[in-house]
Amino acid sequence: MLRKARSVFWLAMFPVILLLSGSLSPVWADEKADRRYQVNMEPGVTAVGADIFSLHMLIFWICVVIGIVVFGVMFYSIYAHRKSRGVTPATFHESTKVEIAWTVVPFLILLGMAVPATSTLIDVYDTEDAEIDILVTGYQWKWKYEYLQDNGENVSFFSNLKTSQEEIYNTDDKGQFYLLAVDEPLVIPVDTKVRFLVTAYDVIHSMWVPELAVKKDAIPGFINETWTRAEKTGIYRGQCAELCGKDHGFMPVVVNVVERDEYDAWLADKQAQAAEIAALMEQTFTMDDLMARGQDVYNRACLACHGANGEGGVGKAIAGSAIAMGPIDGHFDIVINGSRANAAMQAFGGQLNDVDMAAVLTFQRNAFGNNMGEMVQPIDVYNYKQGQ
Amino acid sequence: MGDHHHGPAKGLSRWLFATNHKDIGTMYLWFSFAMFLVGGAFAMIIRAELFQPGMQLIRPEFFNQMTTMHGLIMVFGAIMPAFVGLANWMIPMMIGAPDMALPRMNNWSFWILPPAFLLLLATMFMEGGGPAFGWTFYAPLSTTYAPPSVTFFIFGVHILGLSSIMGSINIVATVMNLRAPGMTYMKMPLFVWTWFITAYLLIAVMPVLAGAVTMMLMDIHFGTSFFSAAGGGDPVLFQHVFWFFGHPEVYIIILPAFGVVSQIIPAFARKPLFGYDSMVYATASIAFLSFIVWAHHMYTVGMPIAGELFFMYATMLIAVPTGVKVFNWITTMWRGAMTFETPMLFCIGFVVLFTIGGFTGLMLSIAPSDFQYHDSYFVVAHFHYVMVAGAVFSMTAAVYYWLPKWCGKMYNETMGKTHFWISFIGFNVTFFPQHFVGLAGMPRRIPDYALQFADFNMMSSIGAFIYGASQLLFLYNVIATIVGGKPVSDEKVWEGAEGLEWTVPTPAPFHTFSTPPQVR
Ligand code: HEC
Ligand SMILES: [Cu+2]
Repeated sequence: MLRKARSVFWLAMFPVILLLSGSLSPVWADEKADRRYQVNMEPGVTAVGADIFSLHMLIFWICVVIGIVVFGVMFYSIYAHRKSRGVTPATFHESTKVEIAWTVVPFLILLGMAVPATSTLIDVYDTEDAEIDILVTGYQWKWKYEYLQDNGENVSFFSNLKTSQEEIYNTDDKGQFYLLAVDEPLVIPVDTKVRFLVTAYDVIHSMWVPELAVKKDAIPGFINETWTRAEKTGIYRGQCAELCGKDHGFMPVVVNVVERDEYDAWLADKQAQAAEIAALMEQTFTMDDLMARGQDVYNRACLACHGANGEGGVGKAIAGSAIAMGPIDGHFDIVINGSRANAAMQAFGGQLNDVDMAAVLTFQRNAFGNNMGEMVQPIDVYNYKQGQ
Repeated sequence: MGDHHHGPAKGLSRWLFATNHKDIGTMYLWFSFAMFLVGGAFAMIIRAELFQPGMQLIRPEFFNQMTTMHGLIMVFGAIMPAFVGLANWMIPMMIGAPDMALPRMNNWSFWILPPAFLLLLATMFMEGGGPAFGWTFYAPLSTTYAPPSVTFFIFGVHILGLSSIMGSINIVATVMNLRAPGMTYMKMPLFVWTWFITAYLLIAVMPVLAGAVTMMLMDIHFGTSFFSAAGGGDPVLFQHVFWFFGHPEVYIIILPAFGVVSQIIPAFARKPLFGYDSMVYATASIAFLSFIVWAHHMYTVGMPIAGELFFMYATMLIAVPTGVKVFNWITTMWRGAMTFETPMLFCIGFVVLFTIGGFTGLMLSIAPSDFQYHDSYFVVAHFHYVMVAGAVFSMTAAVYYWLPKWCGKMYNETMGKTHFWISFIGFNVTFFPQHFVGLAGMPRRIPDYALQFADFNMMSSIGAFIYGASQLLFLYNVIATIVGGKPVSDEKVWEGAEGLEWTVPTPAPFHTFSTPPQVR
């Protein structure tokens, strides 16, 4: 019986032991380090993150101590007060003093927890005095970042998952940052207070980057505010945290924190690119140019729903589609304005610039055996948008 | 109906037209176990897909249907009906009543359940697939962006709500009117008390859920914009309404579990429950607090800081009455003369694991930390510690404890203990590592994950398969007992068991307490 009691004891202590071992393991903040056995939250690279981390550890240790006392008493009782040891049961069944004590003491402990929790929360909510404002918009299933500039020349771009379908469906080896890599990360300067204005285009998403201590729901029609101030350069990776449909697991948030001058150079470069696109809009393209660019755009923005061979999926098939092979206005309408019948087919008019829009339409009309032999130029897109 | 010694009707009509609380209880229990297996099968599919990184078995759309259906079926199909079944069987026998107060309504509240769940399951075969928006069905994913089958889902939820409301009214009416002479409120067994309070919670919040799904229906089909900013509504309104139902809902699930544990621990400690009065008051306080903490599920939606603080403080307060309960159970064991039959093992497992779930709950209540925990696997681990190791363990304990009284046969103790240990180990191997991946940054409800989470996820999946398999052992043990268990005839099956249900013959006859007992 005694041996049995011991085994009961150890087996029941198993979670407690796991809990302890978990909290003692080191925490890795370096991107190169192996995170395979990461078992705890990270303090990350912000002051608020460090505060949250110490709050988390404080509550954790309080729980561990209470757990040891409570489970200790219980397992001692299980060991000592068993019938097989020939004990006679006591008959007491109340004690006002004890009961008051174990109501009041926990209450006081809670008060002790509430103080640091309140002050940290106030910090989390302090979005004042940010140097940079970035509008973050969640889309099914990508993020759009728009750097709000005082002069109105905003820089904006979409950030899509870079991991290939082949990696996801196991026909290719999975890269180091499997599911956590994007084509274009958010770039912010180090040691600078950055405010994120978070919203969504379609359903609710949530922007989460653990090391920057940022998590805020992106709600269509409303703008939430949150902020960060990274104290160390590096690449920080997070994911959408709110279930947002099919590819909820496939819309990472990647933030590249760089030195201030690097950031300024990057921003200037981005602004130059925007000017370049504006110039391209004036240009007329050849079929080959349009098809090559169109394929890129398609893979990035349409493939998830319409399939690698235009065979369809969440979206309808493009191969042989009556719209892709029908009058151009119908094709413009559904891609620029979205589908009225099915909200999954979004309005891409605001997401793709006119060059990319022209390219992807040309691509859909000529790829997958559609062979319409017809080109769409940026100016056509422009005219269509103006005309409606 | 002059002859009150009549037995059950023969054949199918015994069940179809059942008004006997024991028959209805039995149907509820079997139905909930069937749903438990269905919901469990969905969980196995989820864990099989998550066994390794990459998509292997199913598509992301189907994965979302699985997480949604798993949650809905376990909450509404398995756990809730199981406790209603237990209430049906035990409440009349515990308070010395001949039956439930409203037997015909009782029949209805059970019989509308199976069609509701058939409807819900059928949505998976409809065009566009079944609900894929999580068991919390946040708008607009569940409205503008939902598959067409959402309408059937809404109808299903309405039926479930009706069933719960009828069941609760019945329990309230029974407890208020049919107590035996001398059975004052403060003498009622705790299981009756916890259900009495739970029934009020259900009556209060089920209509709120019905309101939420009705607003969804209006948004989808009748052009309203309750949950769409484009028409002047607000998606966050949905979350407030949902969680105003949803938070009391989790106490609806756990309070009867508390009741069960409060019956069983004294029986095997051979010592009266410590702090009966404070148990009752703690239950009532938890029920009250459950109405003013809902927005702790929504710390990241962008509430004003004052709201955030209010919900944080209120949520932290729940730790006090919950702590009182745990301390009372442990003090009940203290200086008792304990034996460790299967029901007691499950109750001890409950106390340990539920307390761990309570600790993580306290951690989650801290709003700033919750900005890191929210919607991560840490939350998944937390609520499975309270739902599975809480509600399901206590339900299992209840079945082992009362099964001999129900069918007059004793289950196989070795098999019962084996079931406990496999469940206990399987459960922890499944859910403990989920704390780790959650803290390390793995979001919940994702069909595929980054490579750093691979090892713990594989461990989790192995644990889930073990836990899942152990439930088949349970099923086998129960059937083997009913069919060929060792007969028991003592009224009091367990040496330390107390209460009116142990004064009637074993197995409990079709009608009990046709003349009320006198309670001193
Ligand atoms: C989120 C999923 C999704 C994405 C991404 C998507 N589509 Fe669609 N698409 C759909 C759905 C769903 C439909 C069917 C709409 C309907 O039934 O009206 C559709 C329909 C279409 C059609 C009409 C096909 C037909 O024959 O009816 C075209 C053309 C089209 N999409 C083009 C595009 C282009 C170009 C892109 C990329 C820039 C794209 N789609 C990206 C989901 C998507
Ligand atoms: Cu998302």
